[in-house]
Amino acid sequence: MLAYCLRRLALALVTIWSISVLTFIIIQLPPGDFADAYIAQLSSSGSTVSLDEVASLREMYGLGQPMHVQYFKWLSRMVVGDFGYSMEWRRPVVDVIGDRLWLTLAISVAALIVTWGLALPIGIYSAVRQYSAGDYLFTLVGFIGLAVPNFLLALILMYLGYTMFGLSVGGLFSPEFEQAPWSWAKFLDLLTHMILPTIVLATAGTAYLIRIMRANLLDELRMPYVVTARAKGLPEWRVIMKYPVRVALNPFASSVGYIFPHIVSGSIIISLVLALPTVGPLLLRALVAQDMFLAGTIVLLLGVLTVIGTFVSDLLLMWIDPRIRFQIH
Amino acid sequence: MSVTVLTAEERISHATQLQLTWWRFRKHKVALVSGVIILLFYLVVVLADFLATSDPHATDARRSFIPPQAIHLFDDGKFRPHVYGLKGIRDPRTFRLRYAPDPERKLPIRFLGRGYDYNLLGLIPTNIHLFSVEDAGPVDGIFLLGTDQLGRDLWSRLIVATRISLSIGLAGVGVSLVLGVLLGGISGLYGGTVDTIIQRLIELLRSVPTIPLWMGLAASLPADWSVLQVYFAITLIISLIGWTDLARVVRGRFMALRTEDFILAAELAGASRGRIIFRHMLPSFFSHIIAATSLALPAMIISETSLSFLGLGLRPPAISWGILLQDAQSVQSLALAPWLLCSAVPVIVAILAFNFLGDGLRDAADPYG
Amino acid sequence: MSGALLSVQDLVVHFHQDEGILRALEGVSFEVHRGRTLGLVGESGCGKSVTARSILRIVDRPGRIVSGRINLDGRRGEPPIDLTALPANSRRMRAIRGGRIGLVFQEPMTSLSVNYTVGNQIAEVVREHQGLSRAAAHARAIELLRDVGIPRPERRVDEYPFQLSGGLRQRVMIAVALAGDPDILIADEPTTALDVTTQAQILNLMRRLQREKNLALILITHDMGVIAEMADEVAVMYLGRIVERGPVDQIFHAPRHPYTRLLLRSIPSVLAEPRTPLATISGSVPHPYQRPSGCPFHPRCPDHIPATCEAAMPAETATADGGCVRCYAAEHT
Repeated sequence: MLAYCLRRLALALVTIWSISVLTFIIIQLPPGDFADAYIAQLSSSGSTVSLDEVASLREMYGLGQPMHVQYFKWLSRMVVGDFGYSMEWRRPVVDVIGDRLWLTLAISVAALIVTWGLALPIGIYSAVRQYSAGDYLFTLVGFIGLAVPNFLLALILMYLGYTMFGLSVGGLFSPEFEQAPWSWAKFLDLLTHMILPTIVLATAGTAYLIRIMRANLLDELRMPYVVTARAKGLPEWRVIMKYPVRVALNPFASSVGYIFPHIVSGSIIISLVLALPTVGPLLLRALVAQDMFLAGTIVLLLGVLTVIGTFVSDLLLMWIDPRIRFQIH
Repeated sequence: MSVTVLTAEERISHATQLQLTWWRFRKHKVALVSGVIILLFYLVVVLADFLATSDPHATDARRSFIPPQAIHLFDDGKFRPHVYGLKGIRDPRTFRLRYAPDPERKLPIRFLGRGYDYNLLGLIPTNIHLFSVEDAGPVDGIFLLGTDQLGRDLWSRLIVATRISLSIGLAGVGVSLVLGVLLGGISGLYGGTVDTIIQRLIELLRSVPTIPLWMGLAASLPADWSVLQVYFAITLIISLIGWTDLARVVRGRFMALRTEDFILAAELAGASRGRIIFRHMLPSFFSHIIAATSLALPAMIISETSLSFLGLGLRPPAISWGILLQDAQSVQSLALAPWLLCSAVPVIVAILAFNFLGDGLRDAADPYG
Repeated sequence: MSGALLSVQDLVVHFHQDEGILRALEGVSFEVHRGRTLGLVGESGCGKSVTARSILRIVDRPGRIVSGRINLDGRRGEPPIDLTALPANSRRMRAIRGGRIGLVFQEPMTSLSVNYTVGNQIAEVVREHQGLSRAAAHARAIELLRDVGIPRPERRVDEYPFQLSGGLRQRVMIAVALAGDPDILIADEPTTALDVTTQAQILNLMRRLQREKNLALILITHDMGVIAEMADEVAVMYLGRIVERGPVDQIFHAPRHPYTRLLLRSIPSVLAEPRTPLATISGSVPHPYQRPSGCPFHPRCPDHIPATCEAAMPAETATADGGCVRCYAAEHT
């Protein structure tokens, strides 16, 4: 059991490390180095930089040195929380990102919870009542949910909201709360604004998980142990919930690990459509402006958060399946 | 009666794997219909310019935001398809110039008429299009789905966008397929350390949020690259992720087959390794690969559309579904020209059709199951 | 015969499917008595398992009992109950399932869930039918494990099925079936998946438990060897019908139905001449949708009477020893 945990943890660390390499490559890809860009930035705004300043900058970031030296300098600064400086915003990256990262996480986790909460009961219902009207309905809705890319869904819902209710949906806060300090009222305001993005983000994952749950549960319902449980005289709902549903939860839990990265990815795109103050629009802007420290930090932090989410779902999986606990596969 | 049973059984035992798959697939009506829809889509890809009605790149400020036109099939009880001409009216409140159909002027639709120049199938220079109307005035024309802000005909743009979006999906799947079969095959055939490394790599790629990474990669493509260069770069970027699913399918099949009796029998009969792989193993899961490919395509299409929608994928003057949807990004433009949302329809239909087709193929791929 | 604990009369079960009606059972009748064993034999697909599930009313959809009666004798002088009249998921039916009739299932690997401990899966039956507390049910589970001959039951009770061997698992299965203290035990191919020595142990265990608890046992198998060892009465099934029924000695020594004779001839015997081929029954069981007309066995029957056997199903003829047979050829001899 401990070995399983450690193996998963090791995998998570390796993943984070590879994300950091990828991020570094992305930062390095645009032509020129940071110092050049910084000088160009400053001179375009009229200020000048002394040669000393440039030299110290180059020293600090290890520019001009071999790639791996630059990478380790960059990584060691990242580890202690120094994410660098945003050229476009002329502020440290940490300040620019600010609350946006937590809002991204809040929306993603909310979407994940909704995904679980919807997919589990619907999947069970669809399998137990296979070929019923409800099953067909959910299958159809599920297929459409899978087929509509979430930015398109956001666009369509936004358009419908606009034409049918005259609503301008978007943002995460009402104007009066935007700059206000955190309060209970602001939190409630956030919750109401989160409903639409959460639904949009949860749709594809829910559709996918319903299909997984339904297919697995259908397989499990045919297993002999279900007959055994029925022959014991247990009530039907207990037969289903205690035995096949429990087994079908395994693929369900393990697919959460794959759903979460998709939700985080999706939140980036729909944030642009729905004008949400998450890291999404910031990332796009940083990429277009080639503000690479900001962009790189966002990519890295999103990656790390996702890996943590996957790790948590692995732990959940272990808790559900005794075979993993006992190291038998 | 027992005679017919015997022949049916014989038919099944003598059929090849592909025949069995086809027989089972025919039973899936939805998948069959989806297959036809996809064939039609690819027909559009091949004949895009022939089906377009006006040059998808030609801008004309006078034609800005013309709403979709209705086609009238009958004129005075006779079959004579036509559209109405347009007349400009000023909105009394906003003073904006709008276009409305003018029932007084009927523009007959002519088939196989002449329009802008293009190369049919990329080879034959021609200017014949399936249908068009004779231009009577500066704003007259056939606008099945209306026009965008720059006065470009949405129908023609959508048709041409289909060509790029579907072919980029296909190209992406092609690259994914090569990577997937190669790495999945190595993984499944050799097992051991190689397998562990490839599996960890797949897990790693799957546990990373892909869009930010793609965005990073796509944004760093040099701005001065040609449309074609960007096209190939984007293809590579989206197939970097897509191969993992295919590799898993291939690996799983190889793993399962390694222990099958008929493979053991072939080995005992002294068949060479290459013969076993290409003669015995690959054909037995060929249909699985087709199914997995069909299921991988929608993800490719969504990826390209998403990236282009963000402005990080293909760049104008290239036309793809994502680029068309970029015009529909804000509520303001949608309120003004809701028909711009038409671009969403082929995206959704294509993805649905590929999903249904892939599902049907996957079910059919296990003919003995 | 009177005093039967369970009597099945003319049971007909159909599966309504898209391809047509699958006639799984076409009028099956038999009785079981306390302390006695009925062996139900036949090739796979003849309806043995459907019979067992119909008695417990757990036939999978779209299967349905079309007609017939399943009468279960009441406990403590209560009137008999017709199980076909009870709704399948009613409280009374559930009390009978596990409480009056226990089921031992063929696959000891898959008929227990890997997600719960052995003790959990036994105790749940005890709690359902006897309403014991959690602790008492746990203690009872240990007792049951000891009953079925599992060594160190105090430790085994907290283990998972995948930690046990096949033979131990089948013992656990029997403990599960007996946990509700039933009068009837239905064992559906209980030894098929086990090796020969384990088979013998499980059969001995079932015989001992039957004696101790005065159980009526319905033993479903395709293995004539197991039947010879265990059964008092034998019912031979073919395509949803009982074609011959009678005391075990009569079935083995003076079989009347040609199908029974062929089944007996296909048992390997150590007394047989070496290197003589084992007798087989020609052809295979027809697909249930394509049931041959008349007596469904006629295409494979060595004693086939042309024009007679194809015409109609032979009626059930009672025999002197209380059994019955359905065959034109048997009537003539």
